Amino acid sequence: MIRDITLGQYYPAKSVIHQLDPRVKLVTTVIYVISLFVANGIVGYAVATLFLGVVIKLSKVPFKYITKGLKAIVLLLVLTAVFNLFLIDGEIVLWRWGIFRITDQGVRTAVFMAIRLIYLIIGSSVMTLTTTPNDLTDGLEKLLGPMKKIHVPVHEIAMMMSIALRFIPILLEETDKIMKAQIARGADFETGNLIQKAKAMVPLLVPLFISAFRRANDLAMAMEARCYHGGDGRTKMKPLHYESRDKTAYGVVWCYLAVMILVGRYFT
Amino acid sequence: MAIKVKNVNYTYAEGTAYEIHALKDINLEIPDGQFVGLIGHTGSGKSTLVQHLNGLMKATGGTIYYNGKDIYGEGFSMKELRSKVGLVFQYPEHQLFEIDVLTDVCFGPRNLGFSKEEAEEKAKAALRLVGMKEEYDRRSPFELSGGQKRRVAIAGVLAMEPEVLILDEPTAGLDPKGRDEILDQIARLKKERGITIVLVSHSMEDVARYVDRIIVMNQGQVKFDGVPKEVFRHYKELEEIGLAAPQVTYLMQELKAKGAEVDTDATTIREAADAIENWLKGRQG
Ligand SMILES: Nc1ncnc2c1ncn2[C@@H]1O[C@H](COP(=O)(O)OP(=O)(O)O)[C@@H](O)[C@H]1O
Ligand SMILES: [Mg+2]
Repeated sequence: MIRDITLGQYYPAKSVIHQLDPRVKLVTTVIYVISLFVANGIVGYAVATLFLGVVIKLSKVPFKYITKGLKAIVLLLVLTAVFNLFLIDGEIVLWRWGIFRITDQGVRTAVFMAIRLIYLIIGSSVMTLTTTPNDLTDGLEKLLGPMKKIHVPVHEIAMMMSIALRFIPILLEETDKIMKAQIARGADFETGNLIQKAKAMVPLLVPLFISAFRRANDLAMAMEARCYHGGDGRTKMKPLHYESRDKTAYGVVWCYLAVMILVGRYFT
Repeated sequence: MAIKVKNVNYTYAEGTAYEIHALKDINLEIPDGQFVGLIGHTGSGKSTLVQHLNGLMKATGGTIYYNGKDIYGEGFSMKELRSKVGLVFQYPEHQLFEIDVLTDVCFGPRNLGFSKEEAEEKAKAALRLVGMKEEYDRRSPFELSGGQKRRVAIAGVLAMEPEVLILDEPTAGLDPKGRDEILDQIARLKKERGITIVLVSHSMEDVARYVDRIIVMNQGQVKFDGVPKEVFRHYKELEEIGLAAPQVTYLMQELKAKGAEVDTDATTIREAADAIENWLKGRQG
């Protein structure tokens, strides 16, 4: 039941997008998000849509999988749209009722803001769906590498991230198991008022914490037994290498950003 | 007739890339008072199947009847079913949470609506039944040894006084002594309370000595279903699906292959000894 959460879930497939270097995908995602804020007209959004469409097509991830992540932000989406709709002032008033009024500018902002949010989520979902968590943290570590010079513990941050990502499904599974075990003993997690519900969580949370600590302890032991001592002088088993397809991808992405900036300038 | 499983199918993560068809058209009947061994290789669907029996998982196809009533039918109380069909999960000690052993075992009966006194009475009876002495009642469950924790967890389900007790790999991760103690206790329990027991295991050796019937699962399907000796006759096929018949089966088969006219159906060492003795006597006489 808890497994339905898609955030950060990898979708295994063989595609160009899957094979790209994680750094390329991270940079592309950032550029894409920037491009969404550069765009401010129909033409700009059309180009952004085209780009996203082509990437999704290439990734071979079913479309319904990608949109799953949107469910989580429906409320946020509706709220922003409503606020923009009513609060933005414009020249032409389309509708008015008491103090409420909707202007052309309001409609425009509401629609574009919603599109931005949707594309933002879809864009980052494509990245996480086509990149394994390990690759993602590897890429991040490498990208942030220069920050080591100013004493940012980049390796440690990346390691913590990959451990956390690795533990999410494990802890979810554990939660599921303990929950079922307690339900089998007659526990009730659904009915009752807020206080009763909070109290009902105790038989779930206590074992969950104990198991989390046990696992953390085991992991720390296992890491130490293999002489882990942080990032200094540590080499990679599979170092990241740019292939020619990665360079092509960078070329395409920078061209895309240039087009978006030009469009933003001349088509408003 | 207690539990009837009819055409049950279950698919994990249906409609995704991770889809697994874990149960394929399972049909079973488990009558009252039977001691059943459910055996299969890891991943064969044993745990999935037993979680259906007390309604923790809902079949994606087919249905289950408890005492003739459809458990997915309207107005059927799942809570009541769960009090009648007790399920002890794999590594049940991971679900302990209370400050002391007795309070933890009381959790089940308290949820069923029994008063504190009644619950404690049931909890104490259950603890004695699994061989936990009174001196442990007020100890923290986290201070106990692995085998003791597991017994406390089993008592936690027993205290609800179920009509059917399902134990999912109760001996996993225990040393041989702990394993034998738990299995003996379960056998005693069967004798004393006369309840139906389903014992899940991936080891034939463990189960052969105790059960009336063995159900063998493989890749989500029931492969064999019968009394132990019947099932062990398929020892070659059992090997193919990653299981093994008890050692005595191999011994008897080998003796027979060497020309000794022994009864190959012996499933325990005792029976094997008798069979060999009979054969020897027959030769002399
Ligand atoms: N929560 C789950 N989500 C997805 N697949 C699962 C889950 N639990 C079990 N499975 C899969 O279902 C199949 C049967 O598993 P299970 O019933 O646990 O087998 P067993 O108890 O016989 O070892 C296995 O292939 C397993 O990988
Ligand atoms: Mg199992």
